[in-house]
Amino acid sequence: MNYYVNGKTFAAEPRPGQCLRTFLRDLGWFGVKKGCDAGDCGACTVWLDGVPVHSCLVPAFRAAGRQVTTIEGLAGHRDLHPMQQALIDAQGFQCGFCTAGLAMTAATLTEEDRQDLPRVLKGNLCRCTGYHSIENAIHGMKSIEEPLPGEAFGSNLAAPASTEIVTGKARYTLDVHIDGLLHLKLLRSPHAHARILSIRKDRALAVPGVHAVYTWEDVPRLLYTAATHDDYHSDPNDTYILDNVVRQPGQRVAAVVADGVGAAEEGCRRLDVDYQLLPAVFDPEEAMRVGAPVLHDKGAESRIQRPGRNILLELHANIGDVEVGLEQADVVHEATYSTHRAQHAHFETHCTIAWIDEKHRLNVRTSTQTPFLTKAKLCYFFSLYPNSVRVFSERVGGGFGAKQEMVTEDICAFAAIKTGRPVQLEYTREEQFIGATTRHPMKVHVKVGAQRDGTLTALQLRIVSNTGAYGTHGGSTLFHSTGESVAVYRCPNKKIDAYAVYTNNVPAGAFRGYGLSQTIFAVESAMDALARSLRMDPIEFRRRNVIRPGDPMTSLGLEAHDLDYGSCGLEQCLDLVNDALVDRAALACPEGDEWLVGKGVALAMIACAPPTEHRSEACVSLEAAGKYHLAIGSPEFGNGSTAVRHQLAATILGTSPSRVISIQSDTDRTGYDTGPFGSTGTTVAGKAVHEAAESRRDRVLDFAARHFGTGSDKCRLEQDAVVCKGTRIGLTDLHDAAREEGRLLRVVRKAYGTPRTVAFNVHGFWIAVHSVTGEVKILQSVHAADAGVVINPLQLRGQVEGGIAQGLGWALYEKMVFDQEGRVVNPTFRHYRIPAYADIPRSEVYFAQTTDVFGPLGAKSMSEAPINPVAPALANALADAMGIRFHDLPLAPDRIYRFIFGKHPRDPHSAPDRGNLSGSDRGLPADDTLAPEED
Amino acid sequence: MDLNTVSEVARPSTRDEIPNWSDSDAWLAGGTWLFSEPQPDVRRLIDLEGLGWESLLVHEPGLSIAATCTISRLYGLVAPPEWTAAPLIRQCCQSLLASFKIWNTATVGGNICMSLPAGAMISLTAALDGVCTIWPREGGERRVRVVDFVTGVHQNVLGPGDLLRSIDLPAYALHKRTSLRRQSLTHLGRSSVLLIGTLCPREGTMAITITASTVRPIRFEFPGVPADDELRSKLQEGIPDAWYVDDVHGTPDYRKHLTLYLAEDIREELSAGGSV
Repeated sequence: MNYYVNGKTFAAEPRPGQCLRTFLRDLGWFGVKKGCDAGDCGACTVWLDGVPVHSCLVPAFRAAGRQVTTIEGLAGHRDLHPMQQALIDAQGFQCGFCTAGLAMTAATLTEEDRQDLPRVLKGNLCRCTGYHSIENAIHGMKSIEEPLPGEAFGSNLAAPASTEIVTGKARYTLDVHIDGLLHLKLLRSPHAHARILSIRKDRALAVPGVHAVYTWEDVPRLLYTAATHDDYHSDPNDTYILDNVVRQPGQRVAAVVADGVGAAEEGCRRLDVDYQLLPAVFDPEEAMRVGAPVLHDKGAESRIQRPGRNILLELHANIGDVEVGLEQADVVHEATYSTHRAQHAHFETHCTIAWIDEKHRLNVRTSTQTPFLTKAKLCYFFSLYPNSVRVFSERVGGGFGAKQEMVTEDICAFAAIKTGRPVQLEYTREEQFIGATTRHPMKVHVKVGAQRDGTLTALQLRIVSNTGAYGTHGGSTLFHSTGESVAVYRCPNKKIDAYAVYTNNVPAGAFRGYGLSQTIFAVESAMDALARSLRMDPIEFRRRNVIRPGDPMTSLGLEAHDLDYGSCGLEQCLDLVNDALVDRAALACPEGDEWLVGKGVALAMIACAPPTEHRSEACVSLEAAGKYHLAIGSPEFGNGSTAVRHQLAATILGTSPSRVISIQSDTDRTGYDTGPFGSTGTTVAGKAVHEAAESRRDRVLDFAARHFGTGSDKCRLEQDAVVCKGTRIGLTDLHDAAREEGRLLRVVRKAYGTPRTVAFNVHGFWIAVHSVTGEVKILQSVHAADAGVVINPLQLRGQVEGGIAQGLGWALYEKMVFDQEGRVVNPTFRHYRIPAYADIPRSEVYFAQTTDVFGPLGAKSMSEAPINPVAPALANALADAMGIRFHDLPLAPDRIYRFIFGKHPRDPHSAPDRGNLSGSDRGLPADDTLAPEED
Repeated sequence: MDLNTVSEVARPSTRDEIPNWSDSDAWLAGGTWLFSEPQPDVRRLIDLEGLGWESLLVHEPGLSIAATCTISRLYGLVAPPEWTAAPLIRQCCQSLLASFKIWNTATVGGNICMSLPAGAMISLTAALDGVCTIWPREGGERRVRVVDFVTGVHQNVLGPGDLLRSIDLPAYALHKRTSLRRQSLTHLGRSSVLLIGTLCPREGTMAITITASTVRPIRFEFPGVPADDELRSKLQEGIPDAWYVDDVHGTPDYRKHLTLYLAEDIREELSAGGSV
């Protein structure tokens, strides 16, 4: 049978059980993406005889003789289909991995369908955008601008890769054809804790197509950490590429390399592993007790602080005297807040292709946020010189921190070195849940006191973070969790005790917010409770207590050495949210007495770089064609930083962003970059671009000045020329002249993540909660962000909206559920629900007017931070509406209803948890919210 | 996803051509569930598409739906105007978590044979007195009410090699007044509870069919519209707590609570407005 794809005929035959998605990719149509491979996300949507289907669910043989259209064929003979153009115009994407499927769906919608987007977009999930820009695209709204030369800064520039993304031509990690590619699959542990006594390979090796099987006995026995930081000492060395002890269900046990995925899977099924089961522990408090099973019986070289008590790191700090502060307080709130495990759910799963080239160099094409750090680890493992390894990514399909981790590169590179063949490892969606990282669940006991006038007197936190089976970012996130959440409040007495603890769960890692989201949920809930106790407006209460420029930012220590107020828009953000949260009377409240209405706010501060070493190098060259070439090591994974960097460079060079051509994230072709994490895409990589572009400009002008025999102050750069006293010299000619003189055409500048400034976010909600069904409706969502000078309002708004959506997912629905053996019960998008279009309200987004003294042209970070105040703002609104304060998440209807209806009537006298309020003997009212009992 | 253990596809065009069933066989209708999860034990797919069953037949006895009828075909049905229950078809399709794109391949029979609590085609056909026609492995035909077809989560009366051929909705049921209520933890998400009430305009009998909240469909029939306390006590007595589903899409107590609440809502709606 023949297959017809995008007007071409193919005689190839699919395998009997092959789905259409992989068959199309085998034929070279790489625009067809895998998000879930289970029909839930729609990234693989194609047309079959003009009808949209999820190609991951369609048996490939059923497409025989029918017309298949993929994103590559959507435009037909046009340059772009109108929907593709609309997606560019409204920037209805960020990482772009879901975009092809969205375009293939949206292009089929009728006018009637467009009026019912919640239903028709059920089958198209997006993790980045928060759906607002997608809605705008479908409604044909144009948001982008084409700035004049030199005026890109501050404009709504489209992402430079826009056309490639909407046409399916943007190449993500696995969108390449490589001859002789082998596939690697991992056998994973069914047990939470076990010693591997033996692994018999013979039956696996007998499977036709299997080339090799690797176990812990085959790989270098070197301890490392999968977390990537410039200084690897930041994280514990507690991991082996393959180990003879498994510490979580889902841990790698062995790797099988075969001609195809099917043979590798079969090989995994035929491995005979003999396990000696060991006792397991899942609760971090239990894990810290004497006599608990010890996960890592390792020495000081592991940098685990107290391995015998499963404590990766503990932190203790005392500023002032909290006991005195609590005595001075007129009202005290004390409660334990806990947060759950969640998954990043970036759409491009972890994946890598590794090969040895003809020069015997190791090449690693991979989905990473940190190519340079990954390269360093690979050199360490395999004793390779840095110049014999190349790690790169073209475009990364989302990360949210998950790819600040070496998840697939190590074993894939090992297999490539051993077999001498190119090897690919692609995580399934299930593996994302069981064999990657998650957000750290944290239990935060808060004790906070204030005086009658609202002045904070004491702030005390005890934090217990569950890092799971491996430390990775456990220590660093613990450190971060104690930072800005506490430092943002001016309070003379602070005390922190914090523990990062090993358990036999799937490990936690870096995830947008990096520990802060969890403690901010606790602190902002507690502040709200205090304000309510004092009968004080929660925003007014915060105004009184937040830091102002000049105040020390104190948390773990008196002050971080390099953290400073480059600018401070916190009060503006509070005002913006306060002003925008309209009167209740103006809200469109649902009808009926069952709906309870409430308002909540929360704030968040974040440092605009991590305290660990962070640097970036930008190279700006003048090219023969008179364009500029920008090379930067920082990858693009949907954070919009490429557009921002083009704007910075084009503005300084007086040209249009389209005349800046950039390459990025390639250890062979770009200078060193620590990686876009810790909110550094703009503040560090952007700063390097800023400085390189300025230097490039100055040199061009100097050269031109000499050419004209005048001073450089008389010359100015235009789109493609230097103009001096009415005469022009084209950049092409200038380039040639400079080269003739042997002048350097490249300029390299480095930037460092220090000193660090601070950015702020405030979120506010009006919500209605149904007192019978527990359903939450968001009536108004308002977010104010202080990102300094806004380089690109459109991209920034997208980051904020995406952060809000991810925050709402965590606050309302998303929760990884485990069985008694520690296995993930819901490792699919069908059962782990990330927000769909229907779940996310439109938010009002406001920006504070500040100019930062440290950031490039006054700008600050704002891709990570918007998530932080969302969950507590929602919980505070719920407390306002229901009179019940939830101390944990998610705020799902089946948990909410229980506390409004029946079991816990709204009666303050039957409150189960009121002993924590000390204000009564001073005649002050207590927080009028109740605390639900633990589930 | 790829089902890499599958090495063969049988594509019968008549019942006689259906090969002898083995334990490593799987029926392939739309494939939307089969291809959505790993199936390491499946070696052969038996594709039902080639059997060429007429998707929908509107005739005097009612509506006959082939098991292989896609959801989108059913959704697009132009029903006779006197079928007052017809709007329920679209409501149930829209109650599926699956998007309209999945409807283009997913089948009514597949949804019923999957026998998940939230299978909205079960809700629809159980509420409208549907009867399944089964082709037993050994030959012949067997008929069983939809409400009895599903026996638990992922469980039904089909034995290995048995095949669901069609579902018949009797005309009298299609003339009933209906009322649907559902709730899910996320907007338009998988149903935590899906209740359908029907009222027979001729005889005044009322039925409430409970799905999604319970491990199998449960139907309560009343000679007329019951009083609120009668309905409540019938439901409370008739559904043991253990029958309420416990999974990530809703706790059992929540499902019970909503079942009782929404049943009353339906009762009120059907008791108002008289017969159609």
